[in-house]
Amino acid sequence: MIFALVGNQNCGKTTLFNALTGSNRHVGNFPGVTMDTKTGAIRGSKGNFVVDLPGIYSIRPYSNDEIISRDFIINEKPDGIINIVDATNIERNLYLTLQLLELQIPTVIALNMMDEIRGNGGTIDIAGMSKLLGVPVIPISAAKKEGISELIKSAIDTAEKKRLPAVTDFCLPGPVHRCIHSISHVIEDHAQRIGISRRYAATKLIEGDDKEFIDRLDLSQNEHELIEHSIIEMENERGLDRNAALADMRYAFVEDVCRLTVVKNRVSKESLRSDKIDKLLTNKYAALPVFFSIMVLIFWLTFGVIGNFLSELLSRDIDLLAAAVDKGLTAYGINPAVHSLVIDGLFAGVGSVISFLPLIVVLFFFLSVLEDTGYMARVAFVMDKLLRRLGLSGRSFVPMIIGFGCSVPAIMATRTLSSERDRKMTVLLMPFMSCSAKIPIYAVFSAAFFPGRAALVMAILYISGIAAGILVAALLNKTAFRGKPIPFVMELPNYRVPSLRTTILLMWEKARDFLRKAFTVILLATIIIWFLGAFDSQLNFTGESSQSLLASIGRLMAPIFRPLGFDDWRIATSLVVGFTAKEAVISTLGVLIGSSASALDTALPALFSSLSAVSFLVFTLLYTPCVAAVAAMKRELGSWLQTVAAVVGQCLIAWIFAFAFYRVGGLIF
Amino acid sequence: MTLDILPIGKNAKICSVGGEGALRLRMLDMGLIPGTEVSVRKTAPLGDPLEISVRGYKLTMRKDDARLIKIREEGT
Repeated sequence: MIFALVGNQNCGKTTLFNALTGSNRHVGNFPGVTMDTKTGAIRGSKGNFVVDLPGIYSIRPYSNDEIISRDFIINEKPDGIINIVDATNIERNLYLTLQLLELQIPTVIALNMMDEIRGNGGTIDIAGMSKLLGVPVIPISAAKKEGISELIKSAIDTAEKKRLPAVTDFCLPGPVHRCIHSISHVIEDHAQRIGISRRYAATKLIEGDDKEFIDRLDLSQNEHELIEHSIIEMENERGLDRNAALADMRYAFVEDVCRLTVVKNRVSKESLRSDKIDKLLTNKYAALPVFFSIMVLIFWLTFGVIGNFLSELLSRDIDLLAAAVDKGLTAYGINPAVHSLVIDGLFAGVGSVISFLPLIVVLFFFLSVLEDTGYMARVAFVMDKLLRRLGLSGRSFVPMIIGFGCSVPAIMATRTLSSERDRKMTVLLMPFMSCSAKIPIYAVFSAAFFPGRAALVMAILYISGIAAGILVAALLNKTAFRGKPIPFVMELPNYRVPSLRTTILLMWEKARDFLRKAFTVILLATIIIWFLGAFDSQLNFTGESSQSLLASIGRLMAPIFRPLGFDDWRIATSLVVGFTAKEAVISTLGVLIGSSASALDTALPALFSSLSAVSFLVFTLLYTPCVAAVAAMKRELGSWLQTVAAVVGQCLIAWIFAFAFYRVGGLIF
Repeated sequence: MTLDILPIGKNAKICSVGGEGALRLRMLDMGLIPGTEVSVRKTAPLGDPLEISVRGYKLTMRKDDARLIKIREEGT
């Protein structure tokens, strides 16, 4: 049997999912949207699976999260619903519950965080609540793994016996009640024909915004008019419009349930503790400095201390292995082309993929902690005003800062943004945050052309990148991303201690996801570049890089860069190779010029003037992100077409900016 | 009066919820409906958005959106 796990955001849903399932789970994607839906086998039972649906507050056709959940529940018809309810925030959680119960699908309620309720001297009359809602209510603590086996037993039992929610009417007598019932009556046959409960159909008709669903009911013009008439009558009698009247009906019922079953005798310790933490973290003066300190710390630990250490450890092992294989192949006397494929192609490709892994794992450890403690919501609260002008919410800030380290985990981190619009826009803006792999390029050029002023050059480049990003964001806002962003009405959950298991599972999932999806693309790109670099136009294996296919491509492309002030084929070639990894721009230039990396600063002035060097730096700042970042972009955008468009657009922007710098600079100097 | 100008710490009751589309529905879904008690807890460091308290939990929303919610201050 298939169960859908449904609940609000911040109610411990992921923790419950992890507690319900063992290690055999798989992350799938719904077609067309980049949203994880995890499916896992339920522990201690055979043939039962639970699908973790996105956290939602209501079943409506607006956000992607809502659409995915609605489609899954209505179209896939799960055998049962496990509705997780945060007992410490019970009114708003039960509001969703009522909508789920209207669907008439076997449902159990997992009443989470009961340990917190008890710890604060509160009680909930479980049997009473179960009777009022007409479904089993199981008190649990997902974090402490209490009540999980009872929950599993009850869910399976309810679904097996197909026990539908016993209460079908959630309205107190009055105009709304009359309206729902008269509509239910009118549409009974239509709802039955498509296998949907008539009450759910009736409330959707009153809300009126789920056109797709309403069309499926296939009502006659006459019936539509009848329904509209009774809705207007209800609005007049109730003195509220249809949507407010329905929300009021649901909340009034929930308030009644809570009044009869929930005893909370004081403000909870967790809430008081959160207020204390917020006194510092969202303090008028301290909030921004604290936020930037936390980001600097995470940045430094990820890219400086831990990530770097692990990366070096890994690449040392790979180098050792490569050296051993190199020796073996040489001793065997293998064909030099095969030798080159293995050492320069395969090992280089695998090496570059692997070098991202520590960054991803370490970064997602921190991101998971930020998210699960509840701090990420505060970041959105604190930073919202800054990013609103770009049409983004404060949440996008964190991935963007990560982007200054490496675009790959930064792009992957956008997955936590709940709005698809924000996510895509943040992904598209990511390449403007100059990543750390470009620093060697800036350093070498600064040393060659602006000795002693490297810091100034870098500052100008970073700021230019951000400025270009802001311009592009403004443009996207007016074009591709026009329309209303998702409303910024967001819960600020109480701070909680994150669960280690959840954090570790997330790190593992992200690492696996990256390896599985990015490996092929990156490896393929590396091998193509290797092939182009190792063979000449007659497909002879050549050790002479100036004779290679790559050099021919460089020669072909060089004229494109003439208006930017540099048209040497070696420069164009190094930019092409830079697609595999930005570090490769400098090493390729070194090889082609025939100069060691350390002597580059004396060799470069032969190819560039100071002005064309600036133009080149601006171009490398802005042109296509590396193949690993492109692979990550494809994952998040969910479309090759959009990804290719983004890469091409990025190169165009780079060209235009470099051209502008070169021309304007030429006028001034 | 509207929610965006409710003084910090004062309680009020919602009279009506304006706006339209996804924004209005989100406000209703989050429990901001006529008759509900609300209070403003703080303003974000940059002056916007607001942190408000409703139905025993904390919510953040922008001042522009809070302006759509008409309220009556309690105890005046």
